[in-house]
Amino acid sequence: MSATRAALPPKQQLDERGGRPVDRRRGSTLLRHLAVVLAAGLLLVAVSYTVEPFRNFQLATVAAYFCATAGLTVLTGLNGQLSLGHGALMATGAYTAALCQTAFADRGMTGGWLLPLSLGAAIVGTVAVGAVVGVAAARLRGPYLAGVTLAVAVVVPALAVTFDGVFNGEQGLSVPVEPPPLSLGPYFPYERWQLWVTGAATLLAVLLLANLIRSRYGRTFRAVRDDEVAARLAGIHVARTQVLAFVVSAATAGLGGALLAVLAQSVSPGAFSLTLSLFLLMAVVIGGLGRLTGALWGAVLLVALPDLTHSLTEMLTLSPAVAQRLEGNLPLAIFGLTLIVVMIAAPGGVQGLLSRLGRAVLARGRARRS
Amino acid sequence: MDRFVFLTVDGLSRGAVYAAFALALVLIWRAARVVNFAQGAMAVAAAYVAYTVSAATGSYWLGFVVAIVAGLLLGALVDRVVMRHVDHASPLNPVIVALGLVLLIQAVLGMVYGSEFRPAEAPFSRSALTVGGVAVLSPYDLFVFATIGVVVSGLAWMFARTPVGLRMRAAAFAPEVSRLLGVNVGGMLTFGWALASGVGALAAMLVLPTELGLHPHAMDLVFVSAFTAAVVGGLDSPPGAVVGGLVVGLVLSYVSGYAGSDLTPLAVLVLLLAVLLVRPGGLFAPVAARRV
Repeated sequence: MSATRAALPPKQQLDERGGRPVDRRRGSTLLRHLAVVLAAGLLLVAVSYTVEPFRNFQLATVAAYFCATAGLTVLTGLNGQLSLGHGALMATGAYTAALCQTAFADRGMTGGWLLPLSLGAAIVGTVAVGAVVGVAAARLRGPYLAGVTLAVAVVVPALAVTFDGVFNGEQGLSVPVEPPPLSLGPYFPYERWQLWVTGAATLLAVLLLANLIRSRYGRTFRAVRDDEVAARLAGIHVARTQVLAFVVSAATAGLGGALLAVLAQSVSPGAFSLTLSLFLLMAVVIGGLGRLTGALWGAVLLVALPDLTHSLTEMLTLSPAVAQRLEGNLPLAIFGLTLIVVMIAAPGGVQGLLSRLGRAVLARGRARRS
Repeated sequence: MDRFVFLTVDGLSRGAVYAAFALALVLIWRAARVVNFAQGAMAVAAAYVAYTVSAATGSYWLGFVVAIVAGLLLGALVDRVVMRHVDHASPLNPVIVALGLVLLIQAVLGMVYGSEFRPAEAPFSRSALTVGGVAVLSPYDLFVFATIGVVVSGLAWMFARTPVGLRMRAAAFAPEVSRLLGVNVGGMLTFGWALASGVGALAAMLVLPTELGLHPHAMDLVFVSAFTAAVVGGLDSPPGAVVGGLVVGLVLSYVSGYAGSDLTPLAVLVLLLAVLLVRPGGLFAPVAARRV
C-alpha cells in the first residue's frame, strides 16, 4: 500500500472532513471513460466503412479477444491470480451462446433482441462456472492455482466429446446468426455488421472494467495482490475479493467466447484448446500485465501474428506440406519465444515499454524547455 | 472380479508412470521452488528424438537410451538458458516462462514432425498373461514396474546415501550456507533440472505406447494427471509423489473401466480439486508453518 500512496499524483489533496486522499479527477472518471469509449466507437464505425470486409472481420476478432484478455488482465495483473483456464471459460460462453441461438432458431423466433439475450445468457452461464472455479481458486496460491486452472483448460473442451448428445462432439455446433437488420439497407456488408456488434459489446464490457478498476473494488483487488495480510488487516475480505475478481474475469471471458462463436458461426472443442488459454495469458503478459491497453495490444497480436506468418510463408514459396506445418506452428513458436524473452527482459510488456518511452520523451521535452 | 483385477493391475502400471513423472515435478519443486509446467512438452521432445533415432537405426533400445540422454541435456539447457534468468520474486514468473516453453517446444515439434499421430512402439507384448484363467500382467507392465522401481530406488539411494545427493539437498534447503561450505549451488540446480527432465523423458517413453501415440500434445493430459499425483502426495514429498501416482493411476483406471474412458479427464479434475480443497498440502504434508 505504501508504494501506491507514494506514487499518487500531486493533484490529490486531503479532504478536509474525512482526511482521506481524494482524487480531483475522480468525479469525472465515468465521463472520461465514456468519452474514450465513444471516441473509440466512432473511430470503429469510421474504420468499418473504409477498410475491406476481411479487415473488418479481423478487427471484430480482435474485439472478441480483447474482451477476454481485458478480463484476464484484471484477474492476473490486478488481482494476482494466474488463470490458465480462460480458454475453457471462453468455451463455456461460446457453447452457451450457440445453444441459445440454436434454440431460438429452432422455435422460429426472430428479432434484434435475441443476440443480446444469447450473449447475456453466455455471460450468466460463464459466471456460474467461473464462480465454482473461483471459489476453489481463492483457496489456492501460485503453482497450485496454475495447476488447477490448467486442468480446467485441458478437461472442459474434452467434456464436449463426453456429452456429445448436447455438444455434438468434435464437430461442435453451428451458431445460426441473423443477417444485419434491414433498416441499415439491403446491401449492408455482413462483416461490417459483425464488427459493429462485437465492437459495441466489447466497448461496453471494457467501459465497465475500466470503471471497476478505478473503483473501490479495483483498489481492493490491488491491495490483495500486493499483500494479503495487509489487506486483511485493512478490513478487506480476501477470499471474497478473489472470487469477485474471478467472476468478473469469467464474465468477460464468456462474452469474448460468445462473440467469437457468433463471428465464426460455429463452435467446436478444437477452437478452445489448451493452446488458446496459453495464448490469452501470453497476450496479456506481452501486452503488459494489469493494463487494459496492454490487453488490447495482446488481442491485436493474437490476430496479427498468424496473419503475418501466413503472408510470410506465402512469400517463401515452400512445398504445401512444409508451408502447412509452418503456418500452424510458426506463430506458436514466435509467441512462446516472445513470452520467454519478455518475461526475462521486459516484464512490463509492450505497454510498459511504450509508457517508459513516452515518459522519456516527455522528460526530454521538459528538459529542453527549461 | 476378473475385471477388477485387470483394472487394478492396469491402474498400477499407469500409476507407476504417473509416479515417475510426478517425481520429476517434485525434484524440481524441491530444488528450485518451480513447478515445471514445461515438463510434458520437454518429455515429448525427448520422445521425438528417440523416435527419430529408432526409425534411423531400427533399434528400440538405442532410442530408449537416447531419449533419456536427450531429456537430461534438455533439462540442463532449460535451466542454464532460461530458468536461471527468470526473476523469481513473483511465483507467477517461472510459471509463465514455463508455459512459454510449452508453446515453443510444441510449435517446434509441430514444425519438424507435423502434428499427425505417430505410432509409438512397445518393446514387449502388451497382451496380458493369464494366471489361473485371469488375465493379470502383460510383459510390458512388468517392464514398466521394473524400470520405475529401479529409477525410484536409484533416486532414493542417491539422495540419501551419496555425497552428490547430500549436496543437492543442502543446496535446495540452505543455498547460502551451502555456498559458504563450498557446494556448487548453481551446478546442483542444473543437475536437478537435468535429472528431473531425464526421469520425465523416461516416463514419456513408458507411457506413450499405451496412449494414442506420439503427438506434440500427447503429454498434456499425462502432465495434468502427474501434477495431480504430485499434489495428492504433497509437492514436497518424493515418497508422496510415488504413492500419489499409484493412487491417481488406480482411480483413473477404475473410472475409465467402470464409468467410461471419456470421463477420465473429468475424474482428474475432480480428484485434483477435492485434494486441494480438503487437504491442500497433500496427504503427506507436514504441519504447515507460516512465514510472516
